[in-house]
Amino acid sequence: MQAIQKIKPTLNRREVVARILQDRGDALAVTSLGNPTFDVAAAGDCAQNFYLWGAMGGAVMFGMGIALAQPTKRVIVFVGDGEMMMGLGSLATVACHRPDNLSIVVIDNEHYAETGMQPAHAGRGVSINAVATAVGFSQSILVHDQAGLEKAIDTLYSHQGPVTLCVKVTTDPAPTALPPRDGPYLRSRFREALMGSASHV
Amino acid sequence: MTINWPEQIFAEFKKLDVKQVVYVPDAGHSKLIQMCDADPEIHSVSLTTEEEGVAQLGGAWAGGQRGVLLVQSSGVGNCINMLSLQHETRMPLFMIVTMRGEWGEFNPWQVAMGKSTQEVLEASGVYVYRADSAEEVEATVSAGARFAYQTGRMVAVLIGQRVIGTKNFNK
Repeated sequence: MQAIQKIKPTLNRREVVARILQDRGDALAVTSLGNPTFDVAAAGDCAQNFYLWGAMGGAVMFGMGIALAQPTKRVIVFVGDGEMMMGLGSLATVACHRPDNLSIVVIDNEHYAETGMQPAHAGRGVSINAVATAVGFSQSILVHDQAGLEKAIDTLYSHQGPVTLCVKVTTDPAPTALPPRDGPYLRSRFREALMGSASHV
Repeated sequence: MTINWPEQIFAEFKKLDVKQVVYVPDAGHSKLIQMCDADPEIHSVSLTTEEEGVAQLGGAWAGGQRGVLLVQSSGVGNCINMLSLQHETRMPLFMIVTMRGEWGEFNPWQVAMGKSTQEVLEASGVYVYRADSAEEVEATVSAGARFAYQTGRMVAVLIGQRVIGTKNFNK
């Protein structure tokens, strides 16, 4: 039996997300519930961010809906590994439909941090990165360190999508960063940023 | 005269400027799916499970496009938690549900969702309209879709099994 090679994660999730968003330009960001929402909020709240505070398993498909509607904008979906496991099928759907402006960043701490740090599948032998490759992603990158992250960022924004980037991060606690959670506000703010007053018609 | 209700629904989609049609295939929706797949102006997306479509259409609306979810009654149960997205953001969701487990059903495993589809949808905050004859389909879809998009509500049109016909397992 092949032993699973374990590399101890060293990257800090907040620093990873902040580094990725530093280069965002006019990219749109979608976050899955829990820490990915807080990570993106900590990097700076803005109208081009859409935070999901629930609807677990749906973040990638929400991102695909935006990507198809806004083909000139890059859409980056930040998800936790637990969220991604709940929506594995959505990776297959995205791979089949191939939206070329959609990128998925899996912030993978191999645990359910929100609910008491229970071990998650990603730390027990399941490779989300390999799943993405298996369902047909031509770009599915696994990153363990800063050098790898730096190399991957250009691909994330510029390579023809869909792209998946899995970043292994530590379980170190991060300070609370709560963005707005009122759904109609997030909806109208996001739509207005894209369509101006036409969004209210 | 036979009413070609799938064609009428497709014509409504074009009038309503629907740009994303997402589905888990169902025999009752097969003609409509073919027309959507063939239309270069529509992103026609086959899903692995119905809740993916609920999430995608949330994103479609956030990005400025109208969408429709096509499912069978059995798929409604898969959508429940995901409907909290439209519920909580007050974004429209328009779905067309072909019913199984009612009129002349052969497969007993379809009965559970056939029985509970309307109640489950309504309990989740979805407004439900039914079309139980081919004559009713066009107007029901037209009114339901407009209600959804114009008021930011979730709407399901249930097309009765009587309209679709009973699946023949003995052919």
